Amino acid sequence: MEKNETRPCTLSAEKEIVAVARKDFPALFDSLWANGFRILGPTLGEGAIVYDELHGVDDLPSGWTDEQDGATYRLKKRSDEALFGYNVGPHAWKKFLFPPKLRLWRAEASNNGLNIIEEKQTEQKFALIGVKACELKAILIQDQVFLGGEYADPIYQNRRKDALLIAVNCTQAGKTCFCVSMNAGPRVESGFDLCLTEVLAEDAHYFIVEIGSEQGAGIMANVPHSNQTQGAEKAIQAIATNTAQQMGRVMDTENIQALLQDNFEHSRWDDVASRCLTCANCTMACPTCFCSTVEDVTDITGDHAERWRQWDSCFTMDFTYMNHGHARASAKSRYRQWMTHKLSTWFDQFGTSGCVGCGRCITWCPVAIDITEEVSAIRANQTGGKPASSSL
Amino acid sequence: MTVKRKPKLAVWKFASCDGCQLSLLDCEDDLLTVANEIEIANFPEATRAVIKGPYDLSLVEGSITTPRDAERIVKIRRQSKYLVTIGACATAGGIQALRNFKDVKDFISIVYANPEYIDTLKKSTPIADHISVDFELRGCPINKYQLVEVINAFLNHRKPAISPHSTCVECKLNGTVCVMVAQGTPCLGPVTHAGCGAICPSYNRGCYGCYGPMETPNTKALSRRWQDLGVEKPDLVRAFRGFNAWADPFRKESESHE
Ligand code: SF4
Ligand code: SF4
Ligand code: SF4
Ligand code: SF4
Repeated sequence: MEKNETRPCTLSAEKEIVAVARKDFPALFDSLWANGFRILGPTLGEGAIVYDELHGVDDLPSGWTDEQDGATYRLKKRSDEALFGYNVGPHAWKKFLFPPKLRLWRAEASNNGLNIIEEKQTEQKFALIGVKACELKAILIQDQVFLGGEYADPIYQNRRKDALLIAVNCTQAGKTCFCVSMNAGPRVESGFDLCLTEVLAEDAHYFIVEIGSEQGAGIMANVPHSNQTQGAEKAIQAIATNTAQQMGRVMDTENIQALLQDNFEHSRWDDVASRCLTCANCTMACPTCFCSTVEDVTDITGDHAERWRQWDSCFTMDFTYMNHGHARASAKSRYRQWMTHKLSTWFDQFGTSGCVGCGRCITWCPVAIDITEEVSAIRANQTGGKPASSSL
Repeated sequence: MTVKRKPKLAVWKFASCDGCQLSLLDCEDDLLTVANEIEIANFPEATRAVIKGPYDLSLVEGSITTPRDAERIVKIRRQSKYLVTIGACATAGGIQALRNFKDVKDFISIVYANPEYIDTLKKSTPIADHISVDFELRGCPINKYQLVEVINAFLNHRKPAISPHSTCVECKLNGTVCVMVAQGTPCLGPVTHAGCGAICPSYNRGCYGCYGPMETPNTKALSRRWQDLGVEKPDLVRAFRGFNAWADPFRKESESHE
């Protein structure tokens, strides 16, 4: 480590950096539990690294990684015992903050009319551990969707307000990763309570921990750590640079908002429509997609009713069904809506991109449709067509 | 409150295995409520008592395979305010529609000692080919919760909350890891109508397409992917020729690989 380096230069001048040995890592879990958190994080399940409740450090996918490409995901053994040596998998954190299926309220008929029974919100605080840079960015994007503007979503708000975010810097990138193109990684920059960088050297295994909030500092107070972290910032940077060089995909985002708007009738949309299954996997897997539908159910007596919310997608027909019929009847219009929203109209709506380059839509599309490839195809041959004023 | 007349429900059987009707019997607690709220006017699987029509709601199971049945369904339609078909036989012709791909006379001479007694149509066809149908509930067998939902919706004059999107949506809502992507297992889920709750993928198997084609099935694109996964043409034909073989998108897809 370099002698004359004083405080590591990080993005926030106050950000503190400490180091935790692998053997002391379980203390982090103990500290989280002691502070009333339910720990949610990566674990092995159904042939993949999924997100679920963790009951100890042993639940982490120690020594496992993944290999991904369009429509392919395979678990692989690593040659080391890294706890976070994988890229993003089939689940996104939105499953905890914006649950796939949720009852909103119930109602019962009574002699004096209808009694609305409010649903009890979860009181447990979540600690999300293992949030990658692209995923943290996706959470910040969903924050804007659900909490920005005039109306906040109370369910999201309740789950999010006490959530502790423990991010992890990626030490490798997968074949479908392109966070660099989307300016969303691979280094975690802000928005976290704690950020871990896992270091595996010859005979050392430890974590560099950046402390991003007071709450994060409070958690670390009970975890044995060392303050001897000169050079840590450099080490993190070196890992990030190395990871950035491994991006499996690239997207040229220059002027992308206009590119898609100006090529509304491009022949590539027909081409992708011939391949797209309109199955909705991409939207369900995407960490920023936020659409849902609300359904009322009654029982046969008609005395009990329930209102449910569940994830929906711009790829389903019911989603845009209105009294005149389907607003986006063709597969072409549905794929175009999805991609144009992610990369272009999201800016108009929320002031950011709707894509963080996590690559899930590429990996989990059963027929390997690749958003980066679709963008390049349109860019390469801009045959265009402005939006027809009547078509959606 | 005014005392309502109990709506009359009839269940009718055509060429089928009775499995879908049994789903109604399988509703247990719900069935008791159903029985309290509606008058079961005709349901041979459950009771021999028959109450004359007209009926508020007819549930029709099975496909049309004989000239007599083709006439019978027309009479049932006339007596029914709403008519809902249930199951793959009634909505797509069922597994017995496999005969539609061959000459039925060849089967008759092999199977029956006295083929001259057999009076059958050349094809097994869905009910909607013969009469107008108010709603088709898919599945082989149907999902009992969906059945209760449909009965419920018709009796309360509302649209049934039955989604025609892909089975993949159910996998994703359940958090099931895609077997096609993570294991290379061929799966019909992307072209299959939701409804079962994506049971097979949650048991590590590909979807068999029991609920028939989803709303906008791109079978051609899925077949290409199956071929990349190593599935040969004869197996593709077989995959699309299950309980919903005669449903148009599946029929065309299987024929294109023959
Ligand atoms: S569009 Fe695709 S790559 Fe972009 S955030 Fe969504 S799933 Fe990830
Ligand atoms: S896209 Fe970037 S941050 Fe996300 S998993 Fe890949 S390398 Fe990590
Ligand atoms: S792009 Fe892929 S995942 Fe998305 S709807 Fe089309 S086929 Fe399904
Ligand atoms: S397992 Fe089958 S049904 Fe489930 S998401 Fe994958 S392709 Fe779709």
